Amino acid sequence: MRKTLLESLTRGPLTEPAPPPDQAALAELAQSVDRAARARLGRSLSIREVDAGSCNGCELEIHALSNAFYDLERLGLRFVASPRHADVLLVTGPVTKNMREALLRTYNATPDPKWVVAVGACAADGGVFAGSYAVAGGVKDVVPVDLHIRGCPPSPTELLKGLLAVLTSANEKAHGG
Amino acid sequence: MTMILPRTTVTEEDWLQAVDRLAAGKCTLLGLWGDDGCVHMALLTGSDIAVLTYVCKVGTYPSVGARHPAAIRLERAIGSLFGFEAVGSPDTRPWLDLGFWDVKRPLGAQKPAREPTPYTFLPAEGEALHQIPVGPVHAGIIEPGHFRFTANGEHVVRLEQRLGYVHKGIESLMRGASLEQAAKLAARTSGDSTAAYSLAFAQAVEAAVEVKVPPRAVYLRALMAELERLANHFGDIGAICNDASFALMHAQTGILRERTLRAAQACFGHRLMMDAVVPGGVARDIAADGPSAVAALVAEVRKVFPRLIELYDSTASLQDRTVTTGIAKPEYAKSFGAGGYVGRASGRDFDARRAPGYAPYTELSFEVPVLQDGDVNARVWIRIREVDESLKLIDQILERLPAGAIAVPVEANGGTREGLALIEAFRGDVLVYVRLGEDGRIERCHLRDASWFQWPLLEVAIEGNIVADFPLCNKSFNCSYSGHDL
Ligand code: SF4
Repeated sequence: MRKTLLESLTRGPLTEPAPPPDQAALAELAQSVDRAARARLGRSLSIREVDAGSCNGCELEIHALSNAFYDLERLGLRFVASPRHADVLLVTGPVTKNMREALLRTYNATPDPKWVVAVGACAADGGVFAGSYAVAGGVKDVVPVDLHIRGCPPSPTELLKGLLAVLTSANEKAHGG
Repeated sequence: MTMILPRTTVTEEDWLQAVDRLAAGKCTLLGLWGDDGCVHMALLTGSDIAVLTYVCKVGTYPSVGARHPAAIRLERAIGSLFGFEAVGSPDTRPWLDLGFWDVKRPLGAQKPAREPTPYTFLPAEGEALHQIPVGPVHAGIIEPGHFRFTANGEHVVRLEQRLGYVHKGIESLMRGASLEQAAKLAARTSGDSTAAYSLAFAQAVEAAVEVKVPPRAVYLRALMAELERLANHFGDIGAICNDASFALMHAQTGILRERTLRAAQACFGHRLMMDAVVPGGVARDIAADGPSAVAALVAEVRKVFPRLIELYDSTASLQDRTVTTGIAKPEYAKSFGAGGYVGRASGRDFDARRAPGYAPYTELSFEVPVLQDGDVNARVWIRIREVDESLKLIDQILERLPAGAIAVPVEANGGTREGLALIEAFRGDVLVYVRLGEDGRIERCHLRDASWFQWPLLEVAIEGNIVADFPLCNKSFNCSYSGHDL
């Protein structure tokens, strides 16, 4: 009984008759992210996410990267719990004054070479929250940023594209360029 | 529910009488917030909302929290943001202000912040007790907050939360904002509830300026709200099971969540439907193929979801973790006025869509599930049942979707006006108070997330549980940090 249940589940949603139009492009993109990660680092890319003041919308789409449609893990990209094991800090939100110190601490705990990716309109320059007494600004106002991924929030596809871009640009940094 | 406010400015005696009624459980606290020279308190009696105003002549007001604990954090926030003192309050420590701002009382009579005052956590007394501080940055992809556990071996004796890390100063940015800017801010109060917040803000404004939204917009708003509820409930059910070491469910509900977001994208051009609800109506009409995308989603969920529920129910290892874990007692849910699945899993029969109620829900049929157990399992089951109800609502919405305009212009200028709205977000009721000035700009806007009355319950629900069960309990509450911190 239990077995059939499990089988029917996996058969159900995962065997779509035809993938949505962007699905093929997505797979291709994801594969190039994976290839790039292995080529540059010789292993999978470890990502530490830091919410520095987000509305949590960006987190939802970062979470979505792990679902079966984008399947980050399968591609050798993984989220890690500690900054000490991270290659990339994925930072969201305007940096609130209340989070500035915590972000700096996380940044300093991440070994070099490291890349900081600022995710979302808020992370770029504070977005709609810029100018508040409680906001320090965008991520670049607190730690050096290698790449911005725009959007409010950026879609999972845009996030994957951004990760690919950071790997390409990271090449120089990693190989002493 | 929307109302044009006749707020009542009350005497100290009336204020204290309201506090009596709260303490006696005769009414429910919906909100308590500061304003220029005064504080407002929103109360729910039956399905009626009343707003009382107390003028803080000498910068003080009689504490509500002194007799009604649900008000304590709200009063601490008023103290930190406005500087008004709640006389008689049992806890006057700052809240939201963690000592990093350049100003003190940013919404009141500002003064420069010098040295941050040290914050004292509640003391842990007893021989075998030890403290475990966690956060603000956590291991997973979750919002930041600080949790301090006092434990006896593996068991939690007390949890104390310290929140405010994602405080963005939304209510200060609201001041003087145009309607358009303000709507954007409201939509970004808690991204997971963006449709609900946009709706709450829009309804408060529409109440203030007495504008009637076209029926088509009313129905489209409800469609968005139900899609948002579905997406979040799928995400939550999966995440809770994941924390109970059952990843398969997480994978399956993740697919349903993604399909829901794609349907939202197909209908309204944005996966989370951000800025899709605006004062006066909706920003854009549903795409021509939107209804069929939603119908396909509903069919898919009806096919897959029952099997997932069966799986949830028949997996003993899962039940072991969720049943009797993290119990929020019904008396707390009642006295804190905890909304959403937290309240309904603990016997509190309240849903703002039904009462006070607002269109189109007043014309649609749906049930409000209520359970008594108050454990993680009950909070999962409320979500499961609400998924079914949302599907039924979506059927009705698609069937009845009226033709016609999707928005009316909102003329905000013309005297000071104010309005209030209470909207059922996926997590619980969101209260929005708005006051527009002569120039049509925002004078004051207060947004109260459901989390304000749920976070404190999590503190008690975890007591006596093992520390290792905290992530699971926390996930089953899924309170908003951003919505709370503002
Ligand atoms: S970019 Fe948008 S979704 Fe991301 S944190 Fe800012 S407001 Fe939220």
